[in-house]
Amino acid sequence: MDWQGQKLAEQLMQILLLIAAVVAFVVGYTTASFRTMMLIYAGGVGVTTLITVPNWPFFNRHPLKWLEPSEAEKHPKPEVVVSSKKKSSKK
Amino acid sequence: MHSFGYRANALFTFSVTALAFICAIASLSDNFSDQNPSAEIQILNINRFKKQSYENDEVSLTLDITADLQSLFTWNTKQVFAFVAAEYETPKNSLNQVSLWDAIIPDKEHAKFRIQTSNKYRFIDQGHNLRGKEFNLTLHWHVMPKTGKMFADKIVMPGYSLPDAYK
Repeated sequence: MDWQGQKLAEQLMQILLLIAAVVAFVVGYTTASFRTMMLIYAGGVGVTTLITVPNWPFFNRHPLKWLEPSEAEKHPKPEVVVSSKKKSSKK
Repeated sequence: MHSFGYRANALFTFSVTALAFICAIASLSDNFSDQNPSAEIQILNINRFKKQSYENDEVSLTLDITADLQSLFTWNTKQVFAFVAAEYETPKNSLNQVSLWDAIIPDKEHAKFRIQTSNKYRFIDQGHNLRGKEFNLTLHWHVMPKTGKMFADKIVMPGYSLPDAYK
């Protein structure tokens, strides 16, 4: 997941869970059924899990551009210079 | 939200918190309902009244209990526990409460009832104080919710008395 995807996933999770809680409470209260409230909320949690937890492609729409491996070889990391008494490491 | 485990943990925590929140609101919403239970008890017969061989007094009664506890049930009620207690005063104790009968009422349909029964539990005094004693019969109930705080209340019915002599 990229950074934009992470933010999207977090927002989606919070909003979906809040909506599930509110809908569950309202429906349960008006039908006077505690069981209905619990079932609707459990369903909401399940749907939210399916949408936000797995790594779907739509979370990766702004992929990060990592450096290509061939490019990386041309510009090696700078070596740490040790004291002259020890052998210097190979390039 | 870096990894699968991270997101799963965040979702679990948030969903449990929201669940606690809606249960709390469900419990609070109980306070808005109107409650007016009613009850009446008659003593049909005093079956036995004796001294238990040099020990304490014991009474056996037949009770006719009529009650309508339907208004106590809301969507958040799991069950109502009701019991009838005889209450009286003696020189030794300012209040004696002896439970005579109880029942668990699981739903609204069973909450309006009339039964005739002898006392389920023995009515035994600590001593020999029951001859001619006046006592109250009190119907207590405990409303047990599905979530939230249990609360209890009662109806006191005074004016009952026992005979002056053993029989």
